[in-house]
Amino acid sequence: MKTTEVESPKVSVGKASGAKASWKWFAVAALGVVAWWLIYRELQPTAAWLTVSALRLDRASHLGSAVEFFLFEVPKVMMLLTLVVFGVGIVRSFFTPARTRSILAGKRESAGNVLAAMLGVVTPFCSCSAVPLFIGFVTTGVPLGVTLSFLISAPMVNEVALVLLFGLFGWRVAALYAGTGLLIAIVAGWTIGRLKLERFVEPWVYATQLGDGAEQDAELSWSDRERAGREAVGDIVGKVWPYVLAGIAVGAGIHGYVPENFMASIMGKSAWWSVPLAVLIGIPMYSNAAGIIPVVQALLGKGAALGTVLAFMMSVIGLSLPETIILRKVLRPTLIGVFVGVVASGILIVGYIFNLIM
Amino acid sequence: MLNITVYGPGCAKCKETEKRVRHVVEQSGKEATVTHATDFAEMAKAGILMTPAVSVNGVVKSSGRIPSEDDIRSWLN
Repeated sequence: MKTTEVESPKVSVGKASGAKASWKWFAVAALGVVAWWLIYRELQPTAAWLTVSALRLDRASHLGSAVEFFLFEVPKVMMLLTLVVFGVGIVRSFFTPARTRSILAGKRESAGNVLAAMLGVVTPFCSCSAVPLFIGFVTTGVPLGVTLSFLISAPMVNEVALVLLFGLFGWRVAALYAGTGLLIAIVAGWTIGRLKLERFVEPWVYATQLGDGAEQDAELSWSDRERAGREAVGDIVGKVWPYVLAGIAVGAGIHGYVPENFMASIMGKSAWWSVPLAVLIGIPMYSNAAGIIPVVQALLGKGAALGTVLAFMMSVIGLSLPETIILRKVLRPTLIGVFVGVVASGILIVGYIFNLIM
Repeated sequence: MLNITVYGPGCAKCKETEKRVRHVVEQSGKEATVTHATDFAEMAKAGILMTPAVSVNGVVKSSGRIPSEDDIRSWLN
């Protein structure tokens, strides 16, 4: 990676005032977090007050409990989402795909798989970039299995999902999700690497002469990073809010109207077939994490088993039809089949293990 | 004369990027051709890892995001 010492005309702030500016920036950020927290803790009492006093609904009734759930969850999820997406936007300004690739290039398998899965979490990624990333990785010497570890973990271990799970179920479920997601990415990528499936990559991919990109890795100031955070909020929150709303509405319906333990018979621990079924239903479904988690919460509340629900969620966000279709441009059907099969098996095993130990 | 290429497989963000580039070019009154490359091999040749990406006269100016109008304006000069 080359570093340029050229002062860009935009950044004309001297060192001293730059340090001062970042001080100010941190102070404003801290104040913002405090204000956020003060509003956040008032959400539940406000939702209860609106339901009981303003709308005159009985909290114990079907309608009342659905309405209260909705009024509490919508602002709560939106606030959590905004904070997290902003924070992740800033973290991601430290990791570019080019930097990630240069870390991974020439790495041995195993260690490479672990590193790739972890970098997949913090490197900015959208499924429409899956193909250019794939080509860029494999043609510069990142092994196929290591590349796939990255491509599995990037969508599956999703920061939005992670923090929503933390907010709704606590750190244990969030940690389990992140840990098993990483594990699936590592093991699945490693397995595919062992199988030596390079011949099922479309031949033109390896024949491609990769340009050096010439994209400047400019040193970013804190205000640049803040801008990246705000852009991420505008982009992601602006895009997912209808899904969040719809997801919470479905969740509210389940919360208010579906009887307690109704799910226990279909999605409970005793129903062994529910895990594969959940994975199968989840694969063609495509939703972002923000939309699926309120549904997950409602299912869990009604007696569905954690492993089954987690498997469902991972399969919805980790394996998606649009991504497999776009990967077809670079992978032969056999390799796509192996890819989906290996990842789905991983999710399946995680689902069973959770149902067994929790 | 500027050669501007927007790279993207046809995703919503890529279309938005192309629209914005065309808009800024028109506003500026500069001589420039804007093309939209959807071919993955072409993207690889330009060294692009993330879409949407924009290059001006073969130099990649941004990738993985929709550039702001100010960004695009600064590339035209």
